[in-house]
Amino acid sequence: MRPGGCLLAGYLLTRCLLTGCLLSGCLLAMPAAAGTQYAPVVPGHPFRFPADLGSHPEFRTEWWYVTGWLMTEQGESLGFQITFFRSKPDIDANNPSAFSPRQLLVAHCALSDPKRGRLWQDQRIRRAGLNLADAAEGDTNVWIDTWSLRHAGQSYAAKIDADGFSFDLMLAETQAALINGQGGVSRKGPQPEASSYYYSLPHMRVAGTLSRNTAKTRVTGEAWFDHEWSSEYLDPEATGWDWIGVNFNDGAALMAFRIRSLHGEPRWAGGTLRGADGDMRVLEPADVDFHAGRRWISPRTGIAYPVEWTVRAGSHEISLRPLLDDQENDTRLSTGAIYWEGAVQAYERNSIVGRGYLELTGYGERLKLR
Amino acid sequence: MSRTGSYGIWRILLLAQLREQPGRFLVTVLALALGVALGSSVYLVNTSALNEFGLATKRLVGEADIVVRGPRDGFPEQLFVDLAHTPSVSALSPVLELEVALSDRKETLKVLGLDPFRAAVLQPAIMGDIGEAMFQLFDTDAIYLSSAAAQELKLKRGEQLRVTVGSTSKALRVIGILSQNTYSQSLGLMDIASAQWIFNALGRVNRIDMRLSPGTDVNSFRRDLGTKLPPGVLALAPQVERDRAVTVTKAYRVNLNMLALVALFTGAFLVFSTQSLSVLRRRRSLALLRALGVTRSQLRNALLGEGLALGVLGSLLGVVLGMIIAAAVLKFLTADLGNGQLRAAGASLRSAPLQTVAFFAIGVAVAGIGAWVPARNAARQPPARALKGGDGDFKAAARTGWRSGLAMLVLGSALAWLPPVGGLPLFGYAAIAALLLGAVLLVPTVTIQGLRLAPRTHRIVLDTAVSQLRENVSLSALSLASIIVSFSLMVAMAIMIHSFRISFDHWLGKLLPADMLLREPPGNDTAFLSKDDQAKLGTVTGIARAEFRRTLQVLLDPTRAPITLIARGMSEADTAAELPLIRSVSAKESPTPTAFISEALQDVYGYKIGDVLQIPLGGRNRAFLIAGVWRDYARLSGSVVVSRHAYTAATGDDSANEGSLWLNTGTDSDTVARMLRQTVGNGDALEITTSTALHERSLQIFDRAFAITYALEIIAVIIGLTGVSFAASSTALARRAEFGMLRHIGMLRRQIIGMLADEGVLTSTFGVVYGLGLGAALSLVLVYVINRQSFNWSIDFAVPVLPLVLLSVVLIGAAAVTAIWSGRAALSQDAVRAVREDW
Repeated sequence: MRPGGCLLAGYLLTRCLLTGCLLSGCLLAMPAAAGTQYAPVVPGHPFRFPADLGSHPEFRTEWWYVTGWLMTEQGESLGFQITFFRSKPDIDANNPSAFSPRQLLVAHCALSDPKRGRLWQDQRIRRAGLNLADAAEGDTNVWIDTWSLRHAGQSYAAKIDADGFSFDLMLAETQAALINGQGGVSRKGPQPEASSYYYSLPHMRVAGTLSRNTAKTRVTGEAWFDHEWSSEYLDPEATGWDWIGVNFNDGAALMAFRIRSLHGEPRWAGGTLRGADGDMRVLEPADVDFHAGRRWISPRTGIAYPVEWTVRAGSHEISLRPLLDDQENDTRLSTGAIYWEGAVQAYERNSIVGRGYLELTGYGERLKLR
Repeated sequence: MSRTGSYGIWRILLLAQLREQPGRFLVTVLALALGVALGSSVYLVNTSALNEFGLATKRLVGEADIVVRGPRDGFPEQLFVDLAHTPSVSALSPVLELEVALSDRKETLKVLGLDPFRAAVLQPAIMGDIGEAMFQLFDTDAIYLSSAAAQELKLKRGEQLRVTVGSTSKALRVIGILSQNTYSQSLGLMDIASAQWIFNALGRVNRIDMRLSPGTDVNSFRRDLGTKLPPGVLALAPQVERDRAVTVTKAYRVNLNMLALVALFTGAFLVFSTQSLSVLRRRRSLALLRALGVTRSQLRNALLGEGLALGVLGSLLGVVLGMIIAAAVLKFLTADLGNGQLRAAGASLRSAPLQTVAFFAIGVAVAGIGAWVPARNAARQPPARALKGGDGDFKAAARTGWRSGLAMLVLGSALAWLPPVGGLPLFGYAAIAALLLGAVLLVPTVTIQGLRLAPRTHRIVLDTAVSQLRENVSLSALSLASIIVSFSLMVAMAIMIHSFRISFDHWLGKLLPADMLLREPPGNDTAFLSKDDQAKLGTVTGIARAEFRRTLQVLLDPTRAPITLIARGMSEADTAAELPLIRSVSAKESPTPTAFISEALQDVYGYKIGDVLQIPLGGRNRAFLIAGVWRDYARLSGSVVVSRHAYTAATGDDSANEGSLWLNTGTDSDTVARMLRQTVGNGDALEITTSTALHERSLQIFDRAFAITYALEIIAVIIGLTGVSFAASSTALARRAEFGMLRHIGMLRRQIIGMLADEGVLTSTFGVVYGLGLGAALSLVLVYVINRQSFNWSIDFAVPVLPLVLLSVVLIGAAAVTAIWSGRAALSQDAVRAVREDW
């Protein structure tokens, strides 16, 4: 699970974890008048692959979330993020129109470019159908018009032609899936209903091309892939969340998150740690600590984000430093959401031990979740 | 002499004239002001309305490069999917755009069924408005209203809006009001899936807005796309919709501009007569100036300056007046000058500095033209002769005009045969101007010839009057020309409007043979009478016979407004029955179904009887043999009548939206109307009327439409008449010496006044007869050239005899009264002093 900024005003932009944050904030805010039934997240349903790689349309929300580091031929380090969300709105299912919004698809992509000093970003939202946008069942295959993320063999192909930049990437699995939570059920709050099905694919090897304006370059890198689905609302007490996913240089992988209450105190936490030797450990709330360090104040919004952190997760204590300070996603004009999500380097005793992504939400006004 | 010298002369002359003849001065300035004000206000109102319409259209299609449009019933949504897969299409938004019938109102509401996610790419404002309520919009009965629609329908968020689909009423829920900036026109916004379901249009859309990738050649892409679309589906540049509005109002605007030109022409003529008379009156002072060393060109410039000064004052007043009128029209009337062609709400006055300057310049130029001839003539006068008195070479100058007069008449007659320019009767207007000018130039010659023919009556007063006129041809010609110009224009307009009204009246009679008519709200896309409804309505007690029609809009040419297709008559033979046909041929043996086109299709599209007309119906082009041309005053953009049988065969649509009902004798129409309403589901929204009431109402609307024309005409005539009376009085003043002499040789004061009255009657009778003839000639141009080319329909020539006779009598009487009155004023002075003044 990874919290993300919730895209308000109808779009959702980031993953919202916390069981349903994403969609709960926005898409799930629909009145339940039509009485659409959503499947619950219950323990005791081990994942079956490749079926579970595909869409689960009976759940309210679902996302496929790729974040990672890229290196260009010229040696530039960049961060990237490609996300597809699916949401099942609460509508009158009897409408036979092919345009009937039985499922909604949202995609968001961003590129962290130190030379530019801020993000490149773009987003799309469409109703599923007419073969123009959909999330297929049976295997990972999601697309919106020309944007797509498709699984074939051991690899995933991501193609995005966004406003001013584009990706054409192949992501190859190098490790087995990381099953988060208890057998894939990840708790997001004190109430057990607030949970999601969640697995991750760390250490994906990335190769492909990247274009910025008209400049095209080959890139290689390493990514973190999340797939999560759920039907539950976000805990109303939550005001925001902090999330990290780190690929350690030695092959270990760490996912950790923390949900903050209205007054900024930790309300819930969790994570998964897999050692270089493949040893798995599910992290309980008591195993995870987030300590905010240096703050960066956005010149555009005036919001102060802690962009450096010290995180204790089980036996690890790492400090995180951003690739660049300004990785603020400002989507107020279209969506109303402002959050920080970006590439970070992980240090242990002042040496780089890994790289990953950090997501910080709820630092501006309280996220509107209804 | 220096320039200051010229200015000095000019100032002295002008001020002196202003002091002496303030009334005359004022009328001339007012006429010019009226012309400029009319012209500029018509321009300003239209520019503002079109600008608003353009903005509204732009908001409607957002940042689209191409708009693909189909007929009302649309095209399969698969076309949208195919276009989405087309390379170099960067964004596209499918729309189901319908004029929806409202259950409890006569108006329709434009409803856009769209996919907000796709639409927002082209129109980001939508997202700003809908925002978090997006998911409410997915409710099948949810509709957003634009703020204009909310105001018109007096609906608030949460309230219900009832719409008619077929003859069933369905309830929609207003879930919000869009901000004014999103859409300025009155419309509703629904999700495309709900719209397809609610309005029985599953699987179909009728509009796709497209944006192309940067670097794509939009025009060649559009042309290429156009060839691949099914018949009746067109790829348009968004600009075309605005241009179409411009085209539709063009004819109307040009006719208002014609009135402005009439006023300007009158103004120019008044400047001409004012200056001519004042030059005559001041001939000795002017000659004295010349003798004192003022050069010929200085004098000419000074006199021209007088005319220009009138022009500047008049134009200045006119420009200001024009802005005031335009602002008032925009504020209190609909911005489209009341002709209902543009439905842009809330247009505000747009300043057009360049055009304002142009109108000002036209006014000044017109005055300059009017002042040029008298100024030149005065400057040419040899000072010595002018100092001695008499009107010198004026007679000769007047007589030389006949050659150019004849030339202008010939030119005018020739111009009337030329075709329109870009749909406008520009040569027709030129013909009117040439004929008018030619006729005025011929006035002196005709006067001289006419007076030569006048017999001696041996009535001393009358004979004196005739010989006076004969000797003062230039003066009488000037007074005459004043009457002729304004009167002939009035006669021409009166004949044209009368002809139109008579033709319209006949047309209504022919078109409304039934006792009662019923129809669904006009222009709506959703309400109709099913075959079942038609059967039920036809059997209502008291109805002897019922005939139903289907009308719909069809786009034949993307650059023109859609035409109306009327499917009537169950058989081919019935189709043309009771249609006001102008020409037709028998097409009984034709295997192709027949069509009857309105004159607009003939004039604008160039179709002829015997041609095959391809009409896109049901996604295919259907061939119709044109078997006749009919007159249609109701649909300016053109219409075509086909049989319902052929229409249903092509489309599968057996519904109707209009009907004619014949009643059994003695049946009460109110009772029948009540029963009709109870028969179908949406009976209350049906418009039911008797043919008589509709006939009357149509004529009322006609008269109202021409009321503004009448009003402006009356103003023009009043100005003309006032001009005449000032001409008469200044002539009388100029002739004080003559009156003194007549008194000296023994004529009684009463006799002199009688002589003046005779002169007035003679002059004005001649002017009226001349004006009637000229007016009739001009009206031929108006009826057969200008009307035809502006509106593309014919009207039958008819002369309003009685009004014209009455008007003539009034005019002659007024001229006589004016002559007497000015004679009295002139004679009030001492005869001896008057004679001394001249010698």
